[in-house]
Amino acid sequence: MTATTTGRPEPEISFREVTQVFQVKGTDFTAVDGISLDIPNREFVTVVGPSGCGKSTLLNIAAGLVQPTGGQILVGGRPVSGPSPERGVIFQAYALFPWLTVRKNVEFGLKVAGVPAAVRRERARHFIDLVGLTDFADALPKTLSGGMKQRCAIARAYAVNPKVLLMDEPFGALDALTRVRMQDTLLEAWGKEQRTVMFVTHDVDEAVYLANRVVVMAARPGRIHRIVEVDLPYPRTEQIRLSPRFAELRNEVWHATYHQPQLDAEPA
Amino acid sequence: MSLFNVASVLVGLGGWALLAWIGVQGLPGPYAVAGRFVELIGDGTWLADTLASLRRVVLGFALGTLCAVPAGFLMGWYRLARGLLEPYVQFFRTIPPLAIIPLAIVLMGIDETPKIFVIFLASFLASVIATFQGVVSVDNTLINAARVLGAKDRVVFIRVVIPASTPFILVGMRVGLGSAWATLVAAELIAAQQGLGYRMQQAQLFYDLAAIFVSLITIGVIGLLMDRGLLWMERHLTDWQERR
Repeated sequence: MTATTTGRPEPEISFREVTQVFQVKGTDFTAVDGISLDIPNREFVTVVGPSGCGKSTLLNIAAGLVQPTGGQILVGGRPVSGPSPERGVIFQAYALFPWLTVRKNVEFGLKVAGVPAAVRRERARHFIDLVGLTDFADALPKTLSGGMKQRCAIARAYAVNPKVLLMDEPFGALDALTRVRMQDTLLEAWGKEQRTVMFVTHDVDEAVYLANRVVVMAARPGRIHRIVEVDLPYPRTEQIRLSPRFAELRNEVWHATYHQPQLDAEPA
Repeated sequence: MSLFNVASVLVGLGGWALLAWIGVQGLPGPYAVAGRFVELIGDGTWLADTLASLRRVVLGFALGTLCAVPAGFLMGWYRLARGLLEPYVQFFRTIPPLAIIPLAIVLMGIDETPKIFVIFLASFLASVIATFQGVVSVDNTLINAARVLGAKDRVVFIRVVIPASTPFILVGMRVGLGSAWATLVAAELIAAQQGLGYRMQQAQLFYDLAAIFVSLITIGVIGLLMDRGLLWMERHLTDWQERR
Protein backbone atom coordinates (compact mmCIF):
# COMPACT_ATOMS: atom_id res chain seq x y z
CA MET A 1 0.00 0.00 0.00
CA THR A 2 1.76 3.17 1.15
CA ALA A 3 5.55 3.12 1.31
CA THR A 4 7.92 5.99 1.93
CA THR A 5 10.74 6.79 -0.44
CA THR A 6 13.22 5.51 2.12
CA GLY A 7 11.96 1.99 1.42
CA ARG A 8 10.82 1.30 4.97
CA PRO A 9 7.08 0.73 5.12
CA GLU A 10 5.22 3.60 6.71
CA PRO A 11 3.36 2.49 9.83
CA GLU A 12 -0.31 1.89 9.09
CA ILE A 13 -1.31 2.86 12.62
CA SER A 14 0.76 5.33 14.56
CA PHE A 15 0.01 6.44 18.11
CA ARG A 16 1.98 9.54 19.00
CA GLU A 17 2.10 10.50 22.66
CA VAL A 18 -1.58 9.63 23.00
CA THR A 19 -3.05 10.60 26.34
CA GLN A 20 -6.56 10.16 27.62
CA VAL A 21 -7.67 11.75 30.85
CA PHE A 22 -11.18 11.18 32.17
CA GLN A 23 -12.86 13.28 34.82
CA VAL A 24 -14.15 11.02 37.57
CA LYS A 25 -16.03 12.88 40.31
CA GLY A 26 -14.01 16.00 39.78
CA THR A 27 -10.60 14.30 39.88
CA ASP A 28 -8.54 13.45 36.81
CA PHE A 29 -8.06 9.80 35.97
CA THR A 30 -5.34 9.06 33.43
CA ALA A 31 -6.55 6.09 31.40
CA VAL A 32 -3.78 6.33 28.80
CA ASP A 33 -0.54 8.13 29.52
CA GLY A 34 1.50 9.32 26.55
CA ILE A 35 1.52 6.12 24.54
CA SER A 36 3.54 5.93 21.33
CA LEU A 37 3.26 2.83 19.18
CA ASP A 38 3.74 2.11 15.49
CA ILE A 39 1.97 -0.78 13.83
CA PRO A 40 3.30 -1.55 10.33
CA ASN A 41 1.04 -2.44 7.44
CA ARG A 42 -0.37 -5.99 7.66
CA GLU A 43 0.97 -6.63 11.11
CA PHE A 44 -1.15 -8.50 13.65
CA VAL A 45 -0.67 -6.83 17.02
CA THR A 46 -2.36 -8.00 20.20
CA VAL A 47 -2.66 -5.84 23.29
CA VAL A 48 -2.91 -7.45 26.73
CA GLY A 49 -2.89 -6.01 30.19
CA PRO A 50 -4.75 -5.89 33.50
CA SER A 51 -8.15 -4.26 33.58
CA GLY A 52 -7.94 -0.50 33.76
CA CYS A 53 -4.73 -0.35 31.73
CA GLY A 54 -6.52 1.56 28.98
CA LYS A 55 -6.25 -1.06 26.24
CA SER A 56 -9.87 -0.68 25.17
CA THR A 57 -9.59 3.10 25.38
CA LEU A 58 -6.59 2.93 23.06
CA LEU A 59 -8.60 0.89 20.58
CA ASN A 60 -11.60 3.24 20.76
CA ILE A 61 -9.25 6.13 20.08
CA ALA A 62 -7.93 4.34 17.00
CA ALA A 63 -11.53 3.70 15.91
CA GLY A 64 -12.31 7.39 16.21
CA LEU A 65 -15.07 6.70 18.75
CA VAL A 66 -13.12 8.51 21.48
CA GLN A 67 -11.14 11.73 21.00
CA PRO A 68 -7.85 11.65 22.91
CA THR A 69 -7.22 14.52 25.30
CA GLY A 70 -3.60 14.67 24.18
CA GLY A 71 -1.38 13.48 21.36
CA GLN A 72 -2.33 12.27 17.94
CA ILE A 73 -3.13 9.08 16.12
CA LEU A 74 -2.44 8.57 12.42
CA VAL A 75 -3.93 5.82 10.32
CA GLY A 76 -2.56 5.49 6.80
CA GLY A 77 -0.63 8.70 7.45
CA ARG A 78 -3.73 10.78 8.16
CA PRO A 79 -4.90 11.94 11.58
CA VAL A 80 -8.03 10.22 12.88
CA SER A 81 -10.89 12.60 13.59
CA GLY A 82 -13.87 10.25 13.75
CA PRO A 83 -15.11 6.79 12.81
CA SER A 84 -14.54 5.70 9.23
CA PRO A 85 -15.19 2.54 7.23
CA GLU A 86 -11.46 2.28 6.53
CA ARG A 87 -11.10 1.19 10.17
CA GLY A 88 -13.32 -1.80 10.83
CA VAL A 89 -14.25 -2.47 14.46
CA ILE A 90 -15.33 -5.76 15.99
CA PHE A 91 -16.96 -5.44 19.39
CA GLN A 92 -17.09 -7.94 22.21
CA ALA A 93 -20.89 -7.70 22.30
CA TYR A 94 -21.09 -8.58 18.56
CA ALA A 95 -23.25 -5.51 17.88
CA LEU A 96 -25.13 -7.17 15.04
CA PHE A 97 -28.33 -5.42 13.96
CA PRO A 98 -30.87 -7.92 15.33
CA TRP A 99 -33.56 -6.99 12.77
CA LEU A 100 -31.30 -7.81 9.81
CA THR A 101 -30.32 -11.24 8.52
CA VAL A 102 -26.67 -12.27 8.40
CA ARG A 103 -26.50 -11.21 4.75
CA LYS A 104 -28.12 -7.83 5.39
CA ASN A 105 -25.81 -7.23 8.33
CA VAL A 106 -22.78 -7.93 6.17
CA GLU A 107 -24.19 -5.71 3.42
CA PHE A 108 -24.90 -2.81 5.82
CA GLY A 109 -21.67 -0.88 5.29
CA LEU A 110 -21.82 -1.42 1.52
CA LYS A 111 -25.37 -0.12 1.43
CA VAL A 112 -24.35 2.97 3.38
CA ALA A 113 -21.58 3.51 0.83
CA GLY A 114 -24.12 3.27 -2.01
CA VAL A 115 -22.71 0.10 -3.57
CA PRO A 116 -25.16 -1.36 -6.15
CA ALA A 117 -27.25 -4.31 -4.95
CA ALA A 118 -25.66 -6.94 -7.20
CA VAL A 119 -22.10 -6.02 -6.17
CA ARG A 120 -23.20 -5.83 -2.56
CA ARG A 121 -24.64 -9.29 -2.66
CA GLU A 122 -21.57 -10.75 -4.31
CA ARG A 123 -19.17 -9.19 -1.79
CA ALA A 124 -21.35 -10.23 1.12
CA ARG A 125 -21.46 -13.78 -0.17
CA HIS A 126 -17.67 -13.86 -0.47
CA PHE A 127 -17.09 -12.83 3.14
CA ILE A 128 -19.93 -14.96 4.51
CA ASP A 129 -18.24 -17.93 2.85
CA LEU A 130 -14.87 -16.82 4.21
CA VAL A 131 -16.07 -17.04 7.81
CA GLY A 132 -18.02 -20.26 7.20
CA LEU A 133 -21.58 -18.95 7.53
CA THR A 134 -22.73 -19.92 4.03
CA ASP A 135 -25.70 -21.93 5.27
CA PHE A 136 -26.84 -19.17 7.62
CA ALA A 137 -26.86 -16.20 5.24
CA ASP A 138 -30.61 -15.71 5.66
CA ALA A 139 -30.77 -16.39 9.39
CA LEU A 140 -31.56 -13.71 11.95
CA PRO A 141 -28.90 -13.10 14.64
CA LYS A 142 -31.18 -14.39 17.41
CA THR A 143 -30.94 -17.89 15.92
CA LEU A 144 -27.11 -17.90 15.93
CA SER A 145 -24.70 -19.04 18.65
CA GLY A 146 -22.18 -16.58 20.10
CA GLY A 147 -19.40 -17.87 17.86
CA MET A 148 -21.55 -17.58 14.75
CA LYS A 149 -22.58 -14.05 15.68
CA GLN A 150 -18.94 -13.06 15.95
CA ARG A 151 -18.19 -14.72 12.58
CA CYS A 152 -20.95 -12.56 11.10
CA ALA A 153 -19.44 -9.46 12.73
CA ILE A 154 -16.04 -10.33 11.26
CA ALA A 155 -17.58 -10.74 7.80
CA ARG A 156 -19.41 -7.42 8.22
CA ALA A 157 -16.20 -5.62 9.17
CA TYR A 158 -14.32 -7.18 6.25
CA ALA A 159 -17.05 -6.39 3.70
CA VAL A 160 -16.32 -2.66 3.56
CA ASN A 161 -12.70 -3.47 2.77
CA PRO A 162 -11.06 -1.68 5.70
CA LYS A 163 -7.30 -1.16 5.78
CA VAL A 164 -7.30 -1.76 9.51
CA LEU A 165 -9.24 -4.13 11.76
CA LEU A 166 -9.69 -3.14 15.39
CA MET A 167 -10.93 -5.92 17.63
CA ASP A 168 -12.00 -5.28 21.22
CA GLU A 169 -11.93 -8.57 23.16
CA PRO A 170 -13.99 -10.12 20.38
CA PHE A 171 -13.90 -13.64 21.80
CA GLY A 172 -14.21 -12.62 25.44
CA ALA A 173 -17.79 -13.85 25.77
CA LEU A 174 -17.19 -17.24 24.14
CA ASP A 175 -16.47 -20.57 25.81
CA ALA A 176 -12.91 -21.91 25.68
CA LEU A 177 -13.49 -24.40 22.85
CA THR A 178 -15.35 -21.95 20.61
CA ARG A 179 -12.72 -19.36 21.36
CA VAL A 180 -9.92 -21.59 20.03
CA ARG A 181 -11.92 -22.34 16.90
CA MET A 182 -12.66 -18.65 16.37
CA GLN A 183 -8.96 -17.83 16.65
CA ASP A 184 -8.28 -20.24 13.80
CA THR A 185 -11.18 -18.81 11.75
CA LEU A 186 -9.81 -15.32 12.26
CA LEU A 187 -6.25 -16.28 11.32
CA GLU A 188 -7.53 -18.12 8.27
CA ALA A 189 -9.49 -15.06 7.14
CA TRP A 190 -6.50 -12.83 7.91
CA GLY A 191 -4.22 -15.17 5.95
CA LYS A 192 -6.40 -14.76 2.88
CA GLU A 193 -7.32 -11.11 3.32
CA GLN A 194 -4.41 -9.48 5.10
CA ARG A 195 -5.14 -6.34 7.01
CA THR A 196 -3.42 -4.50 9.78
CA VAL A 197 -4.96 -5.83 12.98
CA MET A 198 -5.00 -4.43 16.47
CA PHE A 199 -6.54 -7.01 18.77
CA VAL A 200 -7.27 -6.31 22.44
CA THR A 201 -7.59 -9.29 24.78
CA HIS A 202 -7.09 -10.30 28.40
CA ASP A 203 -6.14 -13.85 27.43
CA VAL A 204 -2.36 -14.40 27.30
CA ASP A 205 -2.62 -17.60 25.19
CA GLU A 206 -4.79 -15.84 22.67
CA ALA A 207 -2.44 -12.87 22.54
CA VAL A 208 0.58 -15.03 21.74
CA TYR A 209 -1.19 -17.39 19.36
CA LEU A 210 -2.54 -14.67 17.08
CA ALA A 211 0.16 -12.03 17.01
CA ASN A 212 3.32 -10.91 15.30
CA ARG A 213 3.85 -8.75 18.34
CA VAL A 214 2.29 -8.67 21.78
CA VAL A 215 2.01 -5.30 23.48
CA VAL A 216 1.76 -5.71 27.25
CA MET A 217 0.27 -2.73 29.03
CA ALA A 218 0.36 -1.64 32.65
CA ALA A 219 -2.30 0.23 34.61
CA ARG A 220 -2.40 3.44 36.62
CA PRO A 221 -1.58 5.19 34.49
CA GLY A 222 -2.20 3.14 31.35
CA ARG A 223 1.08 2.73 29.50
CA ILE A 224 3.10 0.23 27.49
CA HIS A 225 5.00 -2.08 29.80
CA ARG A 226 6.71 -4.42 27.34
CA ILE A 227 6.56 -5.50 23.73
CA VAL A 228 7.18 -9.16 22.95
CA GLU A 229 8.03 -10.22 19.39
CA VAL A 230 6.39 -13.52 18.47
CA ASP A 231 8.82 -15.30 16.15
CA LEU A 232 6.45 -18.14 15.26
CA PRO A 233 5.56 -18.72 11.61
CA TYR A 234 2.11 -18.45 10.05
CA PRO A 235 -0.10 -20.34 9.48
CA ARG A 236 -0.37 -21.08 13.17
CA THR A 237 -1.39 -24.62 13.91
CA GLU A 238 -2.14 -26.80 16.90
CA GLN A 239 1.44 -28.02 16.65
CA ILE A 240 2.68 -24.48 17.15
CA ARG A 241 0.25 -23.94 20.01
CA LEU A 242 1.75 -26.97 21.79
CA SER A 243 5.38 -26.23 20.90
CA PRO A 244 8.11 -25.41 23.47
CA ARG A 245 8.74 -22.04 21.81
CA PHE A 246 5.07 -21.10 22.22
CA ALA A 247 5.30 -22.06 25.90
CA GLU A 248 8.38 -19.85 26.33
CA LEU A 249 6.71 -16.86 24.72
CA ARG A 250 3.58 -17.50 26.73
CA ASN A 251 5.66 -17.50 29.95
CA GLU A 252 7.31 -14.29 28.94
CA VAL A 253 4.01 -12.54 28.22
CA TRP A 254 2.45 -14.04 31.33
CA HIS A 255 5.20 -12.65 33.56
CA ALA A 256 5.06 -9.28 31.87
CA THR A 257 1.29 -9.18 32.40
CA TYR A 258 0.93 -10.54 35.91
CA HIS A 259 4.17 -9.47 37.58
CA GLN A 260 4.39 -5.80 36.91
CA PRO A 261 6.29 -3.40 39.16
CA GLN A 262 3.75 -1.46 41.17
CA LEU A 263 4.05 2.16 40.22
CA ASP A 264 1.11 3.54 42.10
CA ALA A 265 2.41 7.06 42.11
CA GLU A 266 -1.12 8.39 41.64
CA PRO A 267 -3.68 8.36 44.41
CA ALA A 268 -6.28 5.67 43.70
CA MET B 1 -57.65 -20.31 21.29
CA SER B 2 -57.05 -23.23 23.56
CA LEU B 3 -59.62 -25.71 24.71
CA PHE B 4 -59.35 -24.31 28.21
CA ASN B 5 -60.26 -20.82 26.94
CA VAL B 6 -63.40 -22.17 25.26
CA ALA B 7 -64.36 -24.23 28.29
CA SER B 8 -63.84 -21.25 30.57
CA VAL B 9 -66.11 -19.03 28.42
CA LEU B 10 -68.83 -21.69 28.38
CA VAL B 11 -68.66 -22.09 32.15
CA GLY B 12 -68.87 -18.31 32.53
CA LEU B 13 -71.97 -18.13 30.33
CA GLY B 14 -73.48 -21.00 32.29
CA GLY B 15 -72.83 -19.21 35.59
CA TRP B 16 -74.37 -16.05 34.24
CA ALA B 17 -77.49 -17.94 33.05
CA LEU B 18 -77.75 -19.62 36.47
CA LEU B 19 -77.52 -16.31 38.33
CA ALA B 20 -80.27 -14.85 36.11
CA TRP B 21 -82.41 -17.93 36.53
CA ILE B 22 -82.27 -18.07 40.34
CA GLY B 23 -83.41 -14.48 40.19
CA VAL B 24 -80.80 -11.80 40.90
CA GLN B 25 -82.98 -8.70 40.89
CA GLY B 26 -83.35 -7.40 37.31
CA LEU B 27 -80.38 -9.32 35.85
CA PRO B 28 -81.15 -10.45 32.30
CA GLY B 29 -79.80 -13.85 31.22
CA PRO B 30 -77.68 -14.54 28.14
CA TYR B 31 -80.77 -15.49 26.19
CA ALA B 32 -82.57 -12.22 26.92
CA VAL B 33 -79.45 -10.25 26.01
CA ALA B 34 -79.08 -12.14 22.74
CA GLY B 35 -82.72 -11.33 21.97
CA ARG B 36 -82.18 -7.62 22.66
CA PHE B 37 -79.03 -7.75 20.54
CA VAL B 38 -81.00 -9.07 17.56
CA GLU B 39 -83.58 -6.29 18.04
CA LEU B 40 -80.93 -3.58 18.18
CA ILE B 41 -79.29 -4.94 15.05
CA GLY B 42 -82.71 -5.13 13.39
CA ASP B 43 -83.58 -1.46 13.90
CA GLY B 44 -80.08 -0.33 12.94
CA THR B 45 -79.14 1.33 16.24
CA TRP B 46 -76.39 -1.17 17.06
CA LEU B 47 -74.55 -0.61 13.82
CA ALA B 48 -74.97 3.17 13.98
CA ASP B 49 -73.72 3.29 17.58
CA THR B 50 -70.80 0.99 16.95
CA LEU B 51 -69.72 2.91 13.85
CA ALA B 52 -70.01 6.24 15.67
CA SER B 53 -67.84 4.96 18.52
CA LEU B 54 -65.32 3.30 16.21
CA ARG B 55 -64.99 6.43 14.14
CA ARG B 56 -64.10 8.49 17.19
CA VAL B 57 -61.59 5.98 18.48
CA VAL B 58 -59.91 5.39 15.15
CA LEU B 59 -59.64 9.10 14.35
CA GLY B 60 -58.38 10.08 17.80
CA PHE B 61 -56.01 7.16 18.06
CA ALA B 62 -54.58 7.61 14.56
CA LEU B 63 -54.04 11.34 15.06
CA GLY B 64 -52.55 10.77 18.51
CA THR B 65 -50.12 8.12 17.33
CA LEU B 66 -49.15 10.04 14.20
CA CYS B 67 -48.21 13.06 16.29
CA ALA B 68 -46.67 11.05 19.14
CA VAL B 69 -44.13 9.05 17.15
CA PRO B 70 -42.34 12.04 15.56
CA ALA B 71 -42.56 13.96 18.84
CA GLY B 72 -41.07 11.00 20.73
CA PHE B 73 -38.26 10.70 18.19
CA LEU B 74 -37.50 14.40 18.48
CA MET B 75 -37.43 14.16 22.27
CA GLY B 76 -35.14 11.16 22.20
CA TRP B 77 -32.75 12.49 19.55
CA TYR B 78 -32.47 16.22 20.28
CA ARG B 79 -31.70 17.59 23.70
CA LEU B 80 -33.47 20.83 22.78
CA ALA B 81 -36.71 19.10 21.82
CA ARG B 82 -36.55 17.04 25.00
CA GLY B 83 -36.08 20.13 27.12
CA LEU B 84 -39.01 21.91 25.47
CA LEU B 85 -41.53 19.05 25.32
CA GLU B 86 -40.78 17.07 28.44
CA PRO B 87 -42.42 19.34 31.03
CA TYR B 88 -45.73 19.31 29.13
CA VAL B 89 -45.66 15.59 28.46
CA GLN B 90 -44.79 14.75 32.05
CA PHE B 91 -47.42 17.13 33.42
CA PHE B 92 -50.31 16.05 31.20
CA ARG B 93 -49.39 12.43 31.75
CA THR B 94 -50.41 12.74 35.38
CA ILE B 95 -53.89 14.03 34.46
CA PRO B 96 -56.33 11.31 33.40
CA PRO B 97 -57.63 12.35 29.95
CA LEU B 98 -61.15 11.95 31.34
CA ALA B 99 -60.54 14.84 33.70
CA ILE B 100 -60.08 17.05 30.62
CA ILE B 101 -63.58 16.26 29.31
CA PRO B 102 -65.54 18.94 31.19
CA LEU B 103 -63.08 21.60 30.06
CA ALA B 104 -63.00 20.24 26.50
CA ILE B 105 -66.80 20.33 26.28
CA VAL B 106 -66.96 23.90 27.47
CA LEU B 107 -64.22 25.03 25.09
CA MET B 108 -65.02 22.89 22.05
CA GLY B 109 -68.77 22.37 22.22
CA ILE B 110 -70.69 19.12 22.47
CA ASP B 111 -70.09 17.77 18.97
CA GLU B 112 -67.33 15.39 17.88
CA THR B 113 -64.34 17.64 18.56
CA PRO B 114 -64.01 17.30 22.36
CA LYS B 115 -64.44 13.52 22.22
CA ILE B 116 -61.86 13.06 19.51
CA PHE B 117 -59.60 15.48 21.33
CA VAL B 118 -59.54 13.55 24.61
CA ILE B 119 -58.99 10.28 22.75
CA PHE B 120 -56.18 11.95 20.84
CA LEU B 121 -54.67 13.08 24.12
CA ALA B 122 -54.92 9.63 25.68
CA SER B 123 -53.22 7.83 22.81
CA PHE B 124 -50.69 10.61 22.22
CA LEU B 125 -49.41 10.52 25.80
CA ALA B 126 -49.03 6.75 25.82
CA SER B 127 -47.16 6.60 22.52
CA VAL B 128 -44.97 9.65 22.99
CA ILE B 129 -43.47 8.31 26.20
CA ALA B 130 -42.93 4.86 24.69
CA THR B 131 -41.24 6.23 21.57
CA PHE B 132 -39.03 8.50 23.64
CA GLN B 133 -38.04 5.57 25.86
CA GLY B 134 -37.33 3.51 22.76
CA VAL B 135 -34.95 6.06 21.29
CA VAL B 136 -33.17 6.65 24.59
CA SER B 137 -32.61 2.94 25.17
CA VAL B 138 -31.13 2.13 21.77
CA ASP B 139 -27.93 0.18 22.46
CA ASN B 140 -24.99 2.53 22.07
CA THR B 141 -22.84 -0.28 20.65
CA LEU B 142 -25.28 -0.61 17.73
CA ILE B 143 -24.95 3.09 17.00
CA ASN B 144 -21.15 2.81 17.16
CA ALA B 145 -21.24 -0.27 14.93
CA ALA B 146 -23.18 1.71 12.33
CA ARG B 147 -20.84 4.68 12.61
CA VAL B 148 -17.68 2.63 12.09
CA LEU B 149 -19.34 1.17 9.00
CA GLY B 150 -19.56 4.70 7.61
CA ALA B 151 -23.07 5.74 8.67
CA LYS B 152 -23.63 9.43 9.43
CA ASP B 153 -26.31 10.75 11.80
CA ARG B 154 -29.18 10.59 9.30
CA VAL B 155 -28.44 6.99 8.32
CA VAL B 156 -27.92 5.97 11.96
CA PHE B 157 -31.32 7.43 12.73
CA ILE B 158 -33.15 5.76 9.84
CA ARG B 159 -31.41 2.41 9.84
CA VAL B 160 -30.69 1.91 13.54
CA VAL B 161 -32.73 4.14 15.82
CA ILE B 162 -36.07 3.65 14.05
CA PRO B 163 -35.96 -0.15 13.83
CA ALA B 164 -34.50 -0.47 17.33
CA SER B 165 -37.34 1.57 18.84
CA THR B 166 -40.14 -0.16 16.94
CA PRO B 167 -40.89 -2.65 19.76
CA PHE B 168 -41.26 0.23 22.22
CA ILE B 169 -43.56 2.14 19.86
CA LEU B 170 -45.82 -0.85 19.39
CA VAL B 171 -46.12 -1.38 23.13
CA GLY B 172 -46.99 2.30 23.46
CA MET B 173 -49.64 1.94 20.76
CA ARG B 174 -51.24 -0.98 22.58
CA VAL B 175 -51.36 0.94 25.84
CA GLY B 176 -52.64 3.97 23.92
CA LEU B 177 -55.41 2.02 22.24
CA GLY B 178 -56.61 0.60 25.55
CA SER B 179 -56.60 4.04 27.06
CA ALA B 180 -58.33 5.56 23.99
CA TRP B 181 -61.13 3.03 24.13
CA ALA B 182 -61.69 3.56 27.85
CA THR B 183 -61.71 7.33 27.38
CA LEU B 184 -64.17 7.10 24.50
CA VAL B 185 -66.83 5.27 26.45
CA ALA B 186 -66.56 7.67 29.34
CA ALA B 187 -66.75 10.66 27.00
CA GLU B 188 -69.88 9.27 25.41
CA LEU B 189 -71.48 8.68 28.79
CA ILE B 190 -71.12 12.37 29.54
CA ALA B 191 -72.16 13.94 26.27
CA ALA B 192 -73.14 12.31 23.01
CA GLN B 193 -76.13 11.75 20.74
CA GLN B 194 -74.88 8.43 19.45
CA GLY B 195 -72.39 5.72 20.34
CA LEU B 196 -72.07 2.71 22.60
CA GLY B 197 -71.54 4.78 25.74
CA TYR B 198 -74.52 6.98 24.92
CA ARG B 199 -76.70 3.88 24.37
CA MET B 200 -75.78 2.54 27.79
CA GLN B 201 -76.60 5.83 29.40
CA GLN B 202 -80.02 5.89 27.67
CA ALA B 203 -80.67 2.25 28.57
CA GLN B 204 -79.95 3.07 32.19
CA LEU B 205 -82.65 5.77 32.13
CA PHE B 206 -85.20 3.28 30.74
CA TYR B 207 -84.07 0.39 32.97
CA ASP B 208 -83.16 -1.56 29.83
CA LEU B 209 -80.46 -3.79 31.34
CA ALA B 210 -80.26 -6.11 28.36
CA ALA B 211 -79.26 -3.18 26.12
CA ILE B 212 -76.56 -2.23 28.62
CA PHE B 213 -75.20 -5.76 28.36
CA VAL B 214 -75.24 -5.57 24.56
CA SER B 215 -73.15 -2.40 24.64
CA LEU B 216 -70.76 -3.76 27.26
CA ILE B 217 -70.14 -6.94 25.34
CA THR B 218 -69.67 -5.01 22.10
CA ILE B 219 -67.13 -2.71 23.77
CA GLY B 220 -65.25 -5.68 25.21
CA VAL B 221 -65.18 -7.64 21.98
CA ILE B 222 -64.09 -4.70 19.81
CA GLY B 223 -61.39 -3.71 22.31
CA LEU B 224 -60.11 -7.26 22.37
CA LEU B 225 -60.08 -7.52 18.57
CA MET B 226 -58.19 -4.25 18.17
CA ASP B 227 -55.63 -5.32 20.77
CA ARG B 228 -55.16 -8.67 19.03
CA GLY B 229 -54.65 -6.81 15.76
CA LEU B 230 -51.86 -4.71 17.26
CA LEU B 231 -50.38 -7.78 18.95
CA TRP B 232 -50.29 -9.52 15.60
CA MET B 233 -48.60 -6.50 14.07
CA GLU B 234 -46.08 -6.47 16.91
CA ARG B 235 -45.26 -10.14 16.43
CA HIS B 236 -44.92 -9.58 12.72
CA LEU B 237 -42.74 -6.46 12.86
CA THR B 238 -40.53 -7.35 15.81
CA ASP B 239 -40.06 -11.01 15.17
CA TRP B 240 -36.31 -10.40 15.25
CA GLN B 241 -36.29 -9.74 19.00
CA GLU B 242 -34.67 -12.25 21.29
CA ARG B 243 -37.48 -13.11 23.66
CA ARG B 244 -36.49 -14.27 27.09
